[in-house]
Amino acid sequence: MVKGYRPDSLQEALEIKSDHATSIIAGGTDLMVQKARGTGLKPGLKNNPLFISHLPELRKFETSDKFIRIGACLTLSELVEKGELPTPLLNAIDEIASIPLRNIATMGGNICNASPAGDTLPYLYAADARLLLQSIHEERVITLDEFIYGPGQITLESGEILTDIIIDNKAYDFNFYKKVGTSKGMALSKLSFTGLVNFDGDKISEFRAAFGAVGPTVVHSPKIEDKVTGIKIENLSDIAPEIENEYRKIISPIDDSRSTREYRLETSLRIFHNFLEEISNY
Amino acid sequence: MKIEFEINNTQKILEVDPARRLLDILREDLDLTSVKEGCGQGECGACMVLMDDKAVNSCLIPAGNVHGKNITTVEGLRSTEQYKTIEQAFLDAGSVQCGFCTPGMVISAEALLRKNPDPDEDEIKEALEGNLCRCTGYNMIIEGVKLAAERGQGLW
Repeated sequence: MVKGYRPDSLQEALEIKSDHATSIIAGGTDLMVQKARGTGLKPGLKNNPLFISHLPELRKFETSDKFIRIGACLTLSELVEKGELPTPLLNAIDEIASIPLRNIATMGGNICNASPAGDTLPYLYAADARLLLQSIHEERVITLDEFIYGPGQITLESGEILTDIIIDNKAYDFNFYKKVGTSKGMALSKLSFTGLVNFDGDKISEFRAAFGAVGPTVVHSPKIEDKVTGIKIENLSDIAPEIENEYRKIISPIDDSRSTREYRLETSLRIFHNFLEEISNY
Repeated sequence: MKIEFEINNTQKILEVDPARRLLDILREDLDLTSVKEGCGQGECGACMVLMDDKAVNSCLIPAGNVHGKNITTVEGLRSTEQYKTIEQAFLDAGSVQCGFCTPGMVISAEALLRKNPDPDEDEIKEALEGNLCRCTGYNMIIEGVKLAAERGQGLW
């Protein structure tokens, strides 16, 4: 029989993680499907499972003037109930799967699963979220760009656990979120987009854009964002074609069961165009 | 792995493989066959159960995450006034055709009404978002939940 670990504290979990090869299970909503082997058969996990979703240290939610610190194993439903998440993140969570799935899925799981179609990801990239990774020896804080390097590919070291997601506690003047799926409920994203903007008088003082499910990881570019930052709202339409073209160069979707490369490319750019128009009309 | 949990108001201790699906444990070890397997990937809702009062897909829950939880299936609801109200409402509204999705629908309805005894149509639709039905269409099921809420005033 396969051994499973169900530690009582984060410290114990980190010790197990350090000493044994384990497969971490949080909510299980992705892993149990990816590793499913059919009716009556146990899922084919690579290593003995390490259950962490019950650990109180991973279920904390703390807000200060500057930051929101989200425990990796809070479920998506619990996060919505807190009522303190930024609106575009709430909108994204609201369109993930269904209530029963949101009752078990965790944000830490959504990040570590590292699907390009993970619906909390575009916001987290756009808002410069940081991840707190802990092992028995040290803790480190890294960005999503440093953490996710491909579909399902993350730089989690063997003894590490993602414990917290940290985002700035700040509101944006203009939030934009759009997900395209086959139905409102239950659909995995064909593509999604998050845009965040701050204004300073008649100027755009901050501009963030992140595209989900149109590349091996979430597509965003501080370099392109910098080109928009600082310009006058009335001049945005002049540079819009150039900006859209810049994104066209870095969006690289694939054909799969949910959609096609061409549809994803054209539709995500059209949504981005619409986002720019809405800023111009702000 | 030894897990201890409450199932339909009875405390159970089981020695199980930690990765086994709650769905399989309920059906195969505990003979609770109201819990159905449809898609096996968290999309159809046929395997829905209540876990600490919330609807969840039992096909996605490994045994290790069941420890310390309170699980309720339709078998555990059957003698309650709330269940009888939902059952009669589903019968009267024509919410059931082949019946395969029905236990999951009942669990979603029960979870919704526990949290929100007076839901509007949009709230009912959202609560049933994770339950697929291939026979009746959804209107009659939504009607069934509406009727249960109306008749069950004060029950939840």
